[in-house]
Amino acid sequence: MPDRIAVIGDKDSVLAFKAVGVEVFDASTAEQAQTLLKRLIAERYAVVFLAESLAEQIPETLAKAKLQTYPAVVPIPTGGKPSGFGMQGIKSDVEKAIGVDIIFNKEGKK
Amino acid sequence: MAVMNVNPTRMEMKRLQARLRTATRGHKLLKDKTDEMIRRFIELAEENKRLREQTEQELCDALNVFAEARSDTDARVTDEAILMPSRHISLVCGKRRVMGIDVPSMEVSDSGGELYPYGFLTVTDKLDDSLRGLNNVLVKLVRLAETEKTCNMLAEEIEKNKRRVNALENIMIPQLTETIRYIKMKLDESERAATVRLMKVKDIINK
Repeated sequence: MPDRIAVIGDKDSVLAFKAVGVEVFDASTAEQAQTLLKRLIAERYAVVFLAESLAEQIPETLAKAKLQTYPAVVPIPTGGKPSGFGMQGIKSDVEKAIGVDIIFNKEGKK
Repeated sequence: MAVMNVNPTRMEMKRLQARLRTATRGHKLLKDKTDEMIRRFIELAEENKRLREQTEQELCDALNVFAEARSDTDARVTDEAILMPSRHISLVCGKRRVMGIDVPSMEVSDSGGELYPYGFLTVTDKLDDSLRGLNNVLVKLVRLAETEKTCNMLAEEIEKNKRRVNALENIMIPQLTETIRYIKMKLDESERAATVRLMKVKDIINK
């Protein structure tokens, strides 16, 4: 069973994760992130956190990773404000499963 | 709906009737499965959304404080301070079966160790704050990863299942029903033909 956690992102924003014991991988461009992500998927990682700004640029690799049980690739905001990319992911899941997005629309009506 | 290319015999009809029974039962089962999956999915998706809202904000706060801490002193000092962490986080992972699909289940196990692996002389207290925040949010992040992955896989499975239900409902079942009807008509027709033939023969003999 996989047991490791990794973070991919540009060094300045994800360095803090190193202190709490997560493995940090530096990637500042989409290509670097893609190669790294592919490598980490093949290795024994259970969770890979990926900076939102990079995740936006490599949707195909993300979609491929979704089909396997491990690793779970999770886009996370890295500083500043959340860009809403992660929420978009949940929204598209709901739309895929149910056909219409009932979870976010409900909130909008309130 | 097109009739299948089969011989109109009683044997064939029996076979098709059996297939139709299986298809109808399978259709009902799959439909129930979809309903249940959707029910679970909605629960999970709501939790996923709630978790993400919480963690995104907390994570951003922690990382912003870290960036501030890094800019307060020389960036190299901060980098040096956290370069050799004394903690190591690992996960205890397993698989859970939800509606017939393997989804991950994870539990954080950290090695203990000091959260602040540096001397307090050179760095600011903001660094402490940010690391404490990050450490707290990490457990939630792992839970988010677990929930989000489960949601992803469940959504995928629901889509597949829907396709199966539709294929059964709109193609398999009508096709089978139509073919069975066709065979029945053919058989009736030949039966009538046989009767008429017998009657004719009888007439000829009687004359």
